[in-house]
Amino acid sequence: MTEIENRNPDPLTKNVVLMTAVDDIINATRANSVWPLTFGLACCAIEMMATGAAKYDLDRFGSGPFRGTPRQSDLMVVAGTVTHKMAPRVKRLYDQMPEPKYVIAMGGCVIRGGPYVKHGYHVVKGVDLVIPVDVYIPGCPPRPEALLEGIFKVQKLMKREKILDRTRRTTKPEVYQPV
Amino acid sequence: MARLETGQIIAVLKEKLPDAVTEEVLDGVDPILVVKAEAWSAVAELCRDDSRLGFDLLSCITGVDYPEREGGAEIEVIYNLDSIANGHELTVKVKLPRSDPRVASVESIWATADWHERETYDLVGVIFEGHHNLVRILCADDWVGHPLRKDYEPPDSFHGIKNVIY
Repeated sequence: MTEIENRNPDPLTKNVVLMTAVDDIINATRANSVWPLTFGLACCAIEMMATGAAKYDLDRFGSGPFRGTPRQSDLMVVAGTVTHKMAPRVKRLYDQMPEPKYVIAMGGCVIRGGPYVKHGYHVVKGVDLVIPVDVYIPGCPPRPEALLEGIFKVQKLMKREKILDRTRRTTKPEVYQPV
Repeated sequence: MARLETGQIIAVLKEKLPDAVTEEVLDGVDPILVVKAEAWSAVAELCRDDSRLGFDLLSCITGVDYPEREGGAEIEVIYNLDSIANGHELTVKVKLPRSDPRVASVESIWATADWHERETYDLVGVIFEGHHNLVRILCADDWVGHPLRKDYEPPDSFHGIKNVIY
């Protein structure tokens, strides 16, 4: 048996070995670098921006970099009223995100149509009719603290991921794509 | 040029186009002028080009559905005109039959009418004749109906997305 040279010069940790599961280490890195998609539809997006700005400072939780493309994002915060005209675009953006991906429905409009639930002919009555949703945050709009709490919930979900779990999060095929 | 009172504005219009104005409502918050639909294009051109009027800004176009008017269902198109040069304003209404609401486009007179007319077409269904691109602007391209008509019924679903949940 060959002896592996230990190059650690620190006498306190020189012979310490940390044992962990692959799932745990992958999930820890994943959950502490949540990259949301830069994507706001209405007034809730203002609160989302406030969450990212200095006072609430989303970067504290590794979730600061709002990406400009769905291909680099693993969290979609649907912030604002989803209209029927916007719904296929939301679906397309979701489909372009790599697995594993998570969705937060932020605010009353996104959860069930909000004030438009009865007479809003143009509003989708809940974005979960179009894409699967992991965390719902009620409010009109929710406070930045509420969005932070929602992101913590997503981080908890991320820590339950299994590397061998090949479940795909799929959208409903009957929802059409824009040309 | 100087600011004109509404009475003077009407006098200028009647001097040039004596048959165009059918109705005047001067005691409301906004003085209103009702103009014949077939004369609207000439009135609009006069409003912009006559230096005494000088309406250089079309602030807004609105469509209103009146299905239960005495004397037949109507759709009103309301134009809010402003003169930045002279400092006065005017509200012009055109009344159209609800069965076939058609009026001349003023897109070539005020360029801002382009999107306003598309919106009025989208939501109320007024056809603006002569508009270069009269397609929907707010609703999806293949939306059915004009949502701000009083008898509009929203669809039960749209492209596989359920629209009525209660």
